Amino acid sequence: MAQHKVNYSQDGGLPVALTTIDKVVNWGRSNSIWALTYGLACCGIEMMASGASRFDFDRYGTIFRASPRQSDVMIVAGTLTKKHAEFIKRLYDQMAEPRWVISMGSCANTGGMFNTYSTVQGVDRIIPVDLYLPGCAPRPETLQYGVMLLQKKIRAQKADKSQVKKRLI
Amino acid sequence: MRTYKPKDDVQAKPYYTDRFYVSPQVPKQDVGSDEVFASDLSVLKENFTIHDAYIQIGQMVVYINASDNYKVLELLRDKLDYTQLSEMSAIDWLAKQNQFEIFYQLLSMEKRKRIRIKCFIDKDEAINSVEKLFRSADWSEREMYDMFGIKANNHPFLKRILMPYDWEGYPLLKTYPLEGDEFAAWYEVDKIYGKEAREIIGPEIRDTARVDRYDSERFARLGHEVPKGTKITGNEPKQPLAYQEEGGVFMIDKFDENKSTIITDRDR
Repeated sequence: MAQHKVNYSQDGGLPVALTTIDKVVNWGRSNSIWALTYGLACCGIEMMASGASRFDFDRYGTIFRASPRQSDVMIVAGTLTKKHAEFIKRLYDQMAEPRWVISMGSCANTGGMFNTYSTVQGVDRIIPVDLYLPGCAPRPETLQYGVMLLQKKIRAQKADKSQVKKRLI
Repeated sequence: MRTYKPKDDVQAKPYYTDRFYVSPQVPKQDVGSDEVFASDLSVLKENFTIHDAYIQIGQMVVYINASDNYKVLELLRDKLDYTQLSEMSAIDWLAKQNQFEIFYQLLSMEKRKRIRIKCFIDKDEAINSVEKLFRSADWSEREMYDMFGIKANNHPFLKRILMPYDWEGYPLLKTYPLEGDEFAAWYEVDKIYGKEAREIIGPEIRDTARVDRYDSERFARLGHEVPKGTKITGNEPKQPLAYQEEGGVFMIDKFDENKSTIITDRDR
């Protein structure tokens, strides 16, 4: 009887896996999210802890880079002052597409406790944000979960980035 | 007939009286009570006009003329061993007397004494820089200029130190609002995107406790996530928190909660 579908991945079958371009590109992207080192305040300490051995970001393929040219995600960890706002925009522009932004902690989300003249009231006034992590400061587990959610988001996206650009304006 | 006296409860009265109506003062002692300070003050008095002098918490406070500040500090450094300027700044008394108070906190390691030199300047008056005497005054005077707008004459590099160079306003003045004026509120938007972007980005939301659960553009309710831009009705179905998609990910194990180990021994 003719088989409708041949299971190639079966034992003894052909060493072939079928997939789509979207899936294989996003599989690669989501498992090598290189993060830009962006510790601005105390959240940066939690971000460092997430990268260190106890929480171990390397398992996800998330490696911190000191250059925006080599990074895929910008983890804004800490208070963004108005003096620094132009630099975060410049660094974001220097990152190559596709790029994502995680806003980590209350200060980056909304300005947090710094209801003052010198603090930007949320980084989403400057750059588009993909994920907001609550907490002051968020535990490394929160950041881990955030990176997992970002992976999930990346896998749901189209691999072709000719889609609409994520610009605020 | 007896005159009427109010029969308020005298014992309860302290509870209803504002204890801080008159701000509490640190007790002042006479300079004569400390012989080191007394001799220092007599040297100062020989050369300069001294308006007031007393000791507070073991430190002498001396009020001088603002124009004498360089000479006084030079004398204190060279003749009286006050070799360190640990702090200097200004206090805004504009509302009270239309003046700034400038203070210099000096330390003598030889005598193990601290002395505070104070003087008043008018609103638009400048003060002589003491940067040539104490290098630490360099940044302090820049900060004083940055925060109060007080200029220091003969300073080598009088430029803002904390706020951006193109900032307008002096944030430590009592008249400056804590949440910033119009310029501060739009500073980063104006600088990066230009004034025409104000309408698109919108004003700052200063209420940090504000949670708009009907906003699906910016935030998602954890466990009740919906696609971006969906209109929230309040009857969103509960989504289980999942680390991965339903079908799993190629070559990556699906996280199984039942198979995970919960570590109770921290020193494992």
